[in-house]
Amino acid sequence: MIKKFIYLEWKAFTRSASFGASMAMKILIGFFMVYFSIIFIGAGVGAFYLLKKMNLEPLVTINKFLIYYFLFDLVIRLLMQAIPVLNIKPLLVLPFKKPTIVHFSLGKTALSFFNWVHGLFFIPFSIVLIIEGYDVLGIIFWFMAVFSIIYINNFLNIILSNIDKLFVVFVGIALAFGAAQYYKLFDITVFTTPFFQGLYDIKGLFLIPVLVLVGLYSFTFKYFKSNLFLDAGLSKKIDIATTENLSWLNQFGTLGTFLKNDIKLIKRNKRSKTTLIMSFFFLFYGLIFFGNSQQPVVMHIFAGIFVSGGFLFVFGQFVPSWDSSYYQLMMTQNIPYRGYITAKWWLIVIATFASTILASFYLFYGWEIYLTIVVGAIYNIGVNSHLVLLGGAFTKTPIDLSSAGGAFGDKKAFNVNTMLLSLPKILLPLGLYGLGLYFGDKTLGLILVAGAGVLGFIFKDKVFSLIEKRYKIEKYSTISAYKQKN
Amino acid sequence: MIQVNQLSKKYNGTTVLNINNLEIPKGQSFGLVGNNGAGKTTFFSLLLDLIQPSTGSIKNNDIQVNTSENWKSFTGSFLDESFLIGYLTPEEYFYFIGDLRHQNKADIDALLVQHEEFFNGEILNNKKYLRDLSKGNQKKVGIIATLIGNPEVVILDEPFANLDPTTVSRLKKIIKDLADNPNVTVLVSSHDLQHTVEVCDRIVALNKGEIVKDIQTSRETLQELESFFAV
Repeated sequence: MIKKFIYLEWKAFTRSASFGASMAMKILIGFFMVYFSIIFIGAGVGAFYLLKKMNLEPLVTINKFLIYYFLFDLVIRLLMQAIPVLNIKPLLVLPFKKPTIVHFSLGKTALSFFNWVHGLFFIPFSIVLIIEGYDVLGIIFWFMAVFSIIYINNFLNIILSNIDKLFVVFVGIALAFGAAQYYKLFDITVFTTPFFQGLYDIKGLFLIPVLVLVGLYSFTFKYFKSNLFLDAGLSKKIDIATTENLSWLNQFGTLGTFLKNDIKLIKRNKRSKTTLIMSFFFLFYGLIFFGNSQQPVVMHIFAGIFVSGGFLFVFGQFVPSWDSSYYQLMMTQNIPYRGYITAKWWLIVIATFASTILASFYLFYGWEIYLTIVVGAIYNIGVNSHLVLLGGAFTKTPIDLSSAGGAFGDKKAFNVNTMLLSLPKILLPLGLYGLGLYFGDKTLGLILVAGAGVLGFIFKDKVFSLIEKRYKIEKYSTISAYKQKN
Repeated sequence: MIQVNQLSKKYNGTTVLNINNLEIPKGQSFGLVGNNGAGKTTFFSLLLDLIQPSTGSIKNNDIQVNTSENWKSFTGSFLDESFLIGYLTPEEYFYFIGDLRHQNKADIDALLVQHEEFFNGEILNNKKYLRDLSKGNQKKVGIIATLIGNPEVVILDEPFANLDPTTVSRLKKIIKDLADNPNVTVLVSSHDLQHTVEVCDRIVALNKGEIVKDIQTSRETLQELESFFAV
């Protein structure tokens, strides 16, 4: 019976939309996978020696931060890890035993990327510890315990994912602990570090997480098995609809009609909501660069672009795919393409503007830093917004609005054309800024970047005609691509 | 109203539609019947400029559909659920289409009141998004939305499928009323010969992309069609 399941899974994998991508894409995706794997493995190997150099006891230091690591992992999972439930339906009426179905679908989650990626860090780290003379048995027990907790998170996510707003609670908890620790009010690690350290020191303590994992698995199993009915666990959650008029947007005519629709789109779908949260995180991207003397100055403009451009990059990138499920409707209504594109452009501009205002906390780092962000915003509005919309004409990935997965860039959405278009989004301002730094100072660099933005703004009408033409050329292939749902 | 000239559509060398000449005069109610794969939806998609013809062209009110977009302002259509916006409530959807067709809220409300019976109390004020409605109820929304803005051409693909018997008879009345209006041209496709015969003045049967019958509806039409499709 298991053989049949594996056969189905294999077909599902090889025939999935992302697998059908072109050879160039496969190579690119492969490259990214290898790149990130190397980073993780490198971190696993390097962490020990780096911490040692900083005169910290490596294992104790890692144990100290594990609590945050696991909390963060849970948040990421709640946000992004999809639960495989849907494809169970056709199996129910076939001669499969229910326990087998449940065991298999739970077992499948165990192989998820969100689990094995941790192995890339913890396995090399543990090996280094053993090489460096730590107690072999202790490390093995510690490793087993850590992986048990990772799998506890996996199953917690499955049980908790039905509650929509839960990840906010966990983010809140993590932030509260972090803040309390930073301001020395309360240090959670004082209580958790001895436990994680104990997993190594005290033989047998590792049984606690292992047993919790076993208990949790059997609980999840029972929960799923008793809910394996169409009107219980497999039912689609039906939202209670709220009607919004947003009538204040009526004064903008057709533009207002589209904006109204876009606002509803963002508010009422899981995928777009996730995107909005992602773009919020972009606001803090600059913290890595500003006030960090090790980063080259030229990278400041890089951060400036990203801080205000979060929405532009994660939402704008997928215009018009957001409307993919009803694109045929749009194409038969008397909508001028220009009006449609202009509405999306305004949405991006409004979001960029709002991000720039929200980013005003960077004033803490000084006027100059905030000016960099403002210049980044000008460039985003003047140039990047156009590039993103132009790129949209080539992005022919239908978006399934209801699923949260893939918000970090759908694999299939990586195509060569959009890749090429995303280069000037970042490299061109970087080059201009670098040029300014080379021949003058920061001010000249900023003027150059802002100038490019203003120029783009001046030629907006010309550029829009170009974009419109492109969309019209791509119309038929876009429609047929959107019809192929996974 | 609609002129088809040397129209064909090929996919990888296979011809799925080939219509030499077809003229649909203004005010006619036109029924398209045929088996699966006969080319009904392909024809409607070509008419709506959703796919490109391999050869030939279609004119809608003397506007060639794949060169100008002006036909959109007087053409209402519903092919399938991909014409619905899942995250809107039915009311919001109607108002959205209304905005695009330059109708104000009062016009839409008047239209909805007129079709209250058709909705059977399952559509309006139900606190449900379109994506959570049943297939049949989604169809009701899509069909009524085509009528917004008094279009001169109404195109419905398989309107009778998925509807309950009561709704089917109500839909037939709506289509007949449209057909009675000399300014409105109605195009309907269906598998169901009887329904089509009842609402259409003229019936064209497609088989493997070719027109195999073109008849003005009379008392014998149903029998003629049934014996044609019976093998």
